[in-house]
Amino acid sequence: MRLEPVAQPTLIRTIGLPALALAATVAIASLLAMVAGAPPLSVLGLILQGAFGSKFALLETLNRATPLIFTGLAVAVAFRARLWNIGAEAQLYAGAVVTATLGTGALAWPSGLLLPSIASAAMLAGAIVLLVPTVLKTRFGVDEVVTTLLLNFVVLLWVSMLLEGPLKDPMGMGWPKSARLIPEARLPRIVEGLRLHWGFGLALIAAAVIWLVQARTTLGYEMRAVGLNRAAAKFAGIPVGPVLIKTALLSGGLAALAGFSEVAGLKGSLTLDISPGFGYTGIIVAMLALLNPFGVVVAALFVAGVFVGADSMSRAVGVPTYLADIMLATALLLMVLALMLTRFRVRWA
Amino acid sequence: MDIVDILLSASFWAAAIRIASPLIFAALGELICERAGVLNLGIEGIMVVGAFAGWMTVYSGGGLWAGVGVAMLAGMLFGLLHAVLTVPFGLSQHVVGLGITMLATALTYFSYRLALPEVTSPPKIEAFQPLPVPVLSDIPVLGPAVFSQTPLTYLAFGLVIAVSVILYRTPLGLALRAAGENPAAVAAQGLSVGAIRIGAVMAGSGLMALGGAFLTMSAFNSFFFEMVNGRGWICIALVVFGSWRPGKTLIGAILFAAFDALQVRVQQTPLGADLPYQIFLMMPYLLSILALVVMSRRAQVPAALMVPFNKGER
Repeated sequence: MRLEPVAQPTLIRTIGLPALALAATVAIASLLAMVAGAPPLSVLGLILQGAFGSKFALLETLNRATPLIFTGLAVAVAFRARLWNIGAEAQLYAGAVVTATLGTGALAWPSGLLLPSIASAAMLAGAIVLLVPTVLKTRFGVDEVVTTLLLNFVVLLWVSMLLEGPLKDPMGMGWPKSARLIPEARLPRIVEGLRLHWGFGLALIAAAVIWLVQARTTLGYEMRAVGLNRAAAKFAGIPVGPVLIKTALLSGGLAALAGFSEVAGLKGSLTLDISPGFGYTGIIVAMLALLNPFGVVVAALFVAGVFVGADSMSRAVGVPTYLADIMLATALLLMVLALMLTRFRVRWA
Repeated sequence: MDIVDILLSASFWAAAIRIASPLIFAALGELICERAGVLNLGIEGIMVVGAFAGWMTVYSGGGLWAGVGVAMLAGMLFGLLHAVLTVPFGLSQHVVGLGITMLATALTYFSYRLALPEVTSPPKIEAFQPLPVPVLSDIPVLGPAVFSQTPLTYLAFGLVIAVSVILYRTPLGLALRAAGENPAAVAAQGLSVGAIRIGAVMAGSGLMALGGAFLTMSAFNSFFFEMVNGRGWICIALVVFGSWRPGKTLIGAILFAAFDALQVRVQQTPLGADLPYQIFLMMPYLLSILALVVMSRRAQVPAALMVPFNKGER
């Protein structure tokens, strides 16, 4: 078989194929629900209902989407410049550690000064964590996929060490958990009485800022050029190395904000399980969003909905929650295939 | 115990060889894929599948070698999926590989929960037992270290030789290496680059799954979540460290495993008691990164690695 570019893709092609990919994902999930001994339609209904069916469910989904918007943006920014940052998980934890270190009383400042300071310090920490593999790449030609992946394990062990050492809560009954943040270091709720904190607002602002950077600034243009064709970008006089470094700082900082928002917003303290893989899921979010910042918000809501819905479905009918992970991985693979097929036609020869 | 004493003891080297075995299988698998021009980031998930499939087969009454076969078949199935998406369709090998890892891991955990809904401690199986090689196992130090292992370890070492011979001494190996270096030349010879690459990814994925199966069938004797724990990613580093050569990759795996075995033992010395245990657990990952930094400059990367081949396009 051969692939042939489609000169002018029809609307049916550009809309129909991605829709088909989603439909196939749902079909596969239904099949697995049947294997698990539950009626597929009710499983899908329960997922939808558990994700969006009530005010409580919807708030839960928005809360779950918040870190995913940050990690999704982090991955989207990096992938656009073809910097393969698979280490958003590590950068998230770096941001979370800084938040827990500065927010538990080390700095007794008013909220208006403290929160921006902590957020900036967290971003710096995340940026540094991604800077290491990026410099190894630009200086020594070390593949960043493997180094960012391996650093995830290193950073998680480092957090574990801190939580059993200097960051450990003396009142924590021996649990590896940090002390609670002081009230000035907590992100306030957007609407009093509703369980949704300003981390979500910050995530939306971050998406808008990234859109502006990508669409309206020289850096955005350079990052795109480096991603499309590194050799051509270099030939055109774009400083490829420095652009990759700037991309890394931006991407690592965004991922760290996920950790900041989880600790200062949702949880109020740092534990080793604040992220059930938000860094890795960010890759799915970014790919489903076609690396578009506003797409990331939509994709994060979808992905968060699948997770939250699957949790409540699992409690109701006992199908393992891993169905959510299967659905998302399937959606990722089928979607990249569908998107390619909107631009290429298969010729059997 | 002194570090020198540790390094001279047979039990230390026996542990190192045992730790190296799953890495040898999986790194050989990755090497075959990459030599044909395909980066397989599905390795981590495929090892999870292999670990579960092998264990499950034995747990439900199958034989040990049947378990090995089922694990390899399961791995090849995911390899086929990876290959179809990345070879004829030419999709991003990064994205597809990570997607395969996520899918394989999620499907495994889903199946495990379905098969054993209410277990708290994972059930054990009657796993492969050490099989001392007659005569050779009586050699001091070397005997207990190398020749008193389980059959799967012998298989791992045998495969290093087999893969070397196939890669460098057969037309098939030549075609495979050429597919990763200069696919246009392979196509000009009238061979199908696509078929070679799909075959290589399937075979390599089978070996990765075998590496995972070693964990449940020859090391821990039961299956638990997160048991692969980054070993797949470490194998990708080992392939770079070994400059895409089976022999050097084997040496890398043994060095790495020796270091891993050493850190476990140093943890039990007075020096180790003063340091947080996480420092020791970090070492394998930091060592892999260091190995990449040292080797990347001299590395002979297959020229067409990660470059899709679309016949008739230039």
